[in-house]
Amino acid sequence: MTELPTSTAKKLGLVIDLDTCVGCHACVISCKGWNTENYGAPLSDQNAYSGAASGTFLNRVHSYEVQPPMLRDAPQPAQLIHFPKSCLHCEDAPCVTVCPTGASYKRVEDGIVLVNEQDCIGCGLCAWACPYGARELDAKEGVMKKCTLCVDRIYNENLPEEDRQPACVRTCPAGARHFGDLADETSDVSILVAERGGFDLMPEQGTKPTNKYLPPRPKDAEPEYDILAPYLEPIANDSQGFVSWLDKALSALPGGAK
Amino acid sequence: MSLDQPNLDLSPKVSDEIRKTTCYMCACRCGINVHMKEGKVAYIEGNRDHPVNKGVLCAKGSAGIMQHNAPSRLRAPLKRVGPRGSGEFEEISWEEALTIATETLAPIRATAPEKLAFFTGRDQSQSFTSFWAQGFGTPNYAAHGGFCSVNMAAAGIYTMGGAFWEFGQPDWDHTKLFILFGVAEDHDSNPIKMGIGKIKARGARMIGVNPIRTGYNAVADDWVGITPGTDGQFILALVHCLMKAGKIDLDYLARFTNASVLVNLDEKSDQFGLFLRDAEGQPQVIDRRTGKLAAWNGQGVEPDLSGTHRAKGVTHRPVFHLMADKYLSDDYAPEAVAESCGIPAKRIRAIAADLARVAFDEAIELDREWTDFRGVVHSKMIGRPVSFHAMRGISAHSNGFQTCRALHMLQIILGTVETPGGMRFKPPYPKPATAHPKPHGKVTPGAPLNGPHLGYVQGPEDLLLQDDGSATRIDKAYTWENPMSAHGLMHMVISNAHAGEPYKIDTLFMYMANMSWNSSMNSGGVMQMLTDTNEDGSYVIPNIIYSDAYSSEMVAYADLVLPDTTYLERHDCISLLDRPICEADGVADAIRWPVVEPDRDVRGFQSVLCDLGARLNLPGFVNEDGSQKYKDYADYITNHIRRPGIGPLAGFRTGEKGLQGGRGDVNEGQIDNYIKNGGFWIEHVPENCAYYKPFSMDYQNWAVKMGFYDVVQPYIFQLYVEPMRKFQAAAEGIGTRQPPEHLRGQIKVTMDPLPIWYPPFEDGHVDPEEYAVHALTQRPMAMYHSWGTQNAWLRQIHGHNPLYVPTKIWEANGFKEGDWARVSSVHGSITVPVAHQASLNENTVWTWNAIGKRKGAWALDTDASEATKGFLLNHLIHELLPPKGDGLRWSNSDPITGQAAWFDLRVKIEKSGTPNEAQPAMPEIKSPVGKGPKDIAWKVGK
Repeated sequence: MTELPTSTAKKLGLVIDLDTCVGCHACVISCKGWNTENYGAPLSDQNAYSGAASGTFLNRVHSYEVQPPMLRDAPQPAQLIHFPKSCLHCEDAPCVTVCPTGASYKRVEDGIVLVNEQDCIGCGLCAWACPYGARELDAKEGVMKKCTLCVDRIYNENLPEEDRQPACVRTCPAGARHFGDLADETSDVSILVAERGGFDLMPEQGTKPTNKYLPPRPKDAEPEYDILAPYLEPIANDSQGFVSWLDKALSALPGGAK
Repeated sequence: MSLDQPNLDLSPKVSDEIRKTTCYMCACRCGINVHMKEGKVAYIEGNRDHPVNKGVLCAKGSAGIMQHNAPSRLRAPLKRVGPRGSGEFEEISWEEALTIATETLAPIRATAPEKLAFFTGRDQSQSFTSFWAQGFGTPNYAAHGGFCSVNMAAAGIYTMGGAFWEFGQPDWDHTKLFILFGVAEDHDSNPIKMGIGKIKARGARMIGVNPIRTGYNAVADDWVGITPGTDGQFILALVHCLMKAGKIDLDYLARFTNASVLVNLDEKSDQFGLFLRDAEGQPQVIDRRTGKLAAWNGQGVEPDLSGTHRAKGVTHRPVFHLMADKYLSDDYAPEAVAESCGIPAKRIRAIAADLARVAFDEAIELDREWTDFRGVVHSKMIGRPVSFHAMRGISAHSNGFQTCRALHMLQIILGTVETPGGMRFKPPYPKPATAHPKPHGKVTPGAPLNGPHLGYVQGPEDLLLQDDGSATRIDKAYTWENPMSAHGLMHMVISNAHAGEPYKIDTLFMYMANMSWNSSMNSGGVMQMLTDTNEDGSYVIPNIIYSDAYSSEMVAYADLVLPDTTYLERHDCISLLDRPICEADGVADAIRWPVVEPDRDVRGFQSVLCDLGARLNLPGFVNEDGSQKYKDYADYITNHIRRPGIGPLAGFRTGEKGLQGGRGDVNEGQIDNYIKNGGFWIEHVPENCAYYKPFSMDYQNWAVKMGFYDVVQPYIFQLYVEPMRKFQAAAEGIGTRQPPEHLRGQIKVTMDPLPIWYPPFEDGHVDPEEYAVHALTQRPMAMYHSWGTQNAWLRQIHGHNPLYVPTKIWEANGFKEGDWARVSSVHGSITVPVAHQASLNENTVWTWNAIGKRKGAWALDTDASEATKGFLLNHLIHELLPPKGDGLRWSNSDPITGQAAWFDLRVKIEKSGTPNEAQPAMPEIKSPVGKGPKDIAWKVGK
């Protein structure tokens, strides 16, 4: 069994905006690229050019259809939600406490959950323990891989300061991914969470995830036509009437009074 | 604490060097930082300074490393040794390859240059490849616009001097209501995502109009699940509502559009429907200051939207009156179109009302004084903050041109084009149709063509017809069948060449176009045409030369394969002469350069054309002494002069006081300057002409200074397109150049000079009750055409493509997860896996585009999911419509531009057994590059 820190100085994590995520997978591939080349063993791919390929990813985007309830007695159109998922860097991370070798740990300084690959025996217990399915055992290397929150980017003095953020955040074209310290109530991410009603994924699991999701705004809620109808009050019923209106309207324009 | 944390190196070295170039994982052309380790590509990220993507990068771009290393890369020139289509080749030297090509092409040029058909697919160097083709002298050149989005591009140019994507974009920073009509994801990829992110962050509203609710439509605040092919009806109903309520920008319409231009309404006159013009040929308006006729562009003129003119017994009324006559009719009322569009009338009215509310109640005023081309000074820039974007979703129909025109008209009557919060052009656009060349097709053996191939016709006199009325071009562009085919018709080349109609050709020369697979309608038929033989055993299409970087399905059908480089191994210029990367606030262009050298015996196709051009002695490609003029494409990019002071790249040119943008002399160090600047060049539009560009004198003067054109040429938007009326008039019997009888009816109806809607042609050729279901494709955000499949990372996202079926059809057929269905059109049938999707128009099925692959292609194993479960809808679509008993075969294209009407497709669907693999299953082709490795772990550094 491995211990969790009782508290961490910072709670670094991601805030993911489900209202804005278009499901483009940019974060998925950017993560794959950085983490294949950097921290630990490369993320391998099996059947890379055959069958149904299957490789290691630290971040995946799922899409779910949602059927909203009836509104004003009318059936509502189904919605599609894009749902990026990676390690949530939980405060009470069951993947850490279950680890028999101490390879899985949560950093005291920033709360990032990492795997020390040298100590990992690939037993897979942590992946079983994680209720989010956020860990993947690399089939080639036999070690457990997971989101590192790009720990080798966010403090990296070889990167320009503006690039010291996870690869997935830097690349997200829609700006749906945000990175920061969720322990700091004044941080941009904490403010976003407060303003937009950010929520924990599966709070009933008691894992206290650090990452937060921002909910989609209400959809298909355009105003009833009756409210907007005055905007379409006819000025004429036919072309002839329109031309009479036009003559009047034109003379009301600046310089128009003849 | 008892915790024992390992010591991490938190500042590992990221790379040895960053090389900045331009992405080519799709058509979007973002700037990328290529991180190098020990001379190898280690990691690719977006370039923060780049005007297109400002640092972000999509999945495709981030997966570039796997494209660059793909096992499907061709390795050396190939000569066919087995039958066409078998994939049996031998590798040959470049000298042998270029000798074969020269010996094939030189006799054609000397005797009948039109017997070369040179079509360049997803080319990003069209100003160069067209220059080569012009020098060769063949009229048969185009890129892929005809099967992509020419309806959008041409409708935009004819109406207002540009459309979306390369031509214009929503004013993301100011717009308050954004309406997106079905879109092709790479037009353009990251800027749309960034824009949606921006408006979402501001709390602005977005409406998605698309039969399919995925991707951008999934995040839209409101989804309008419209019936495919009825977008024009919906848009014109919005126009009807707005006009009827007077919620239109009268001042803008009067000043900046031809709504005020007078039209001859004497039905007996041969001028009927044409503009009243003065002796100089200028269209006339009534000047509100005097009540008299004046030229549209006269100094100080205040055009009257409602002024009429009667002279010599002929009444002339302004275009705006004709618009009122047409669009106020109840035929355009929401109630008349609701059922066809699948949108309740109340909802159409609600959207129209919201457009009115935002455009006029939430108008923006910027305190920026500007002067228009009539010398009128405006103290403010007034914005109507509603904006639109659309591309192939609305344009790939047989009514696409008019639908795109309708959308442009909707924007214009609201006063949103080139105003704050609306749609903004990107320099060097806007450019009206009259500022573009006309098409040229005069062939002289041994000599160049008489001008540029593609352009914008102004009337029947500009069609490319032979004396006997037959087509000049092999694709029949610029004929009565499709008079305004501004991008050519690449999708008709092979079937016309096979049929010998309008004539036989000798050599089909193609670049980067997967015609034997996903880039053709009727893929199986095209394979047959490419392999058909005459009685003597010779091929019906005698010679095929093909260039591609990868082992695509088309490679197997070539006699000679010229292997191209990957995008990281080549020079390119994304030129203002072509399809530039500009932003609304800036003019920009960019390069690619070899961040790594090829490790195979391959050459950039454009460099090969420099060599081949010299061997063929093409003007522009040889020096006076007959030697090769450009040693490679980089040499051409640097040294080619198109017009005085204008070359392929506008940045870092030599001026009197040093380097300058826009016009200037050759700078031998230009490419190095681009590399030092991050691979691109940008210069900003002066702030006082950042809006109202077509009408602003300051913009016009800046545009001439920069070299976009050589004389100031302000213009007004053409709500009424007079050239269309000229074609219509010809069909009514006016003029000496007359259409064939069987086309008169079609031209009269479709060439309406004001935007109209008519049903997609397929609806009139197949039984809509039997084939009750619309079938569409979409391009995934993480894949570009067929290119993504060879990419080990991207193919894990889209490894196969089910047919997505809406609830109504799903339940009616009793489908269950894992089921397969037989899907039939009047042309053919396929058997494919199905999946349920509720967020879908109830009469529409769809699938991802170009995921299905042929066995043996792209270095994939024969059991690859793309080849066993993946499929193409192309097998259901024919380039001709089915016979309808009139003895004719009508083209499955837009009758105005010839754009392939992919999205008109109607099908029926029934549950099938579970086959071993998707049907039809084509036989395996032999791979010229073998197969990829089983497993990979691609780490470059130690």
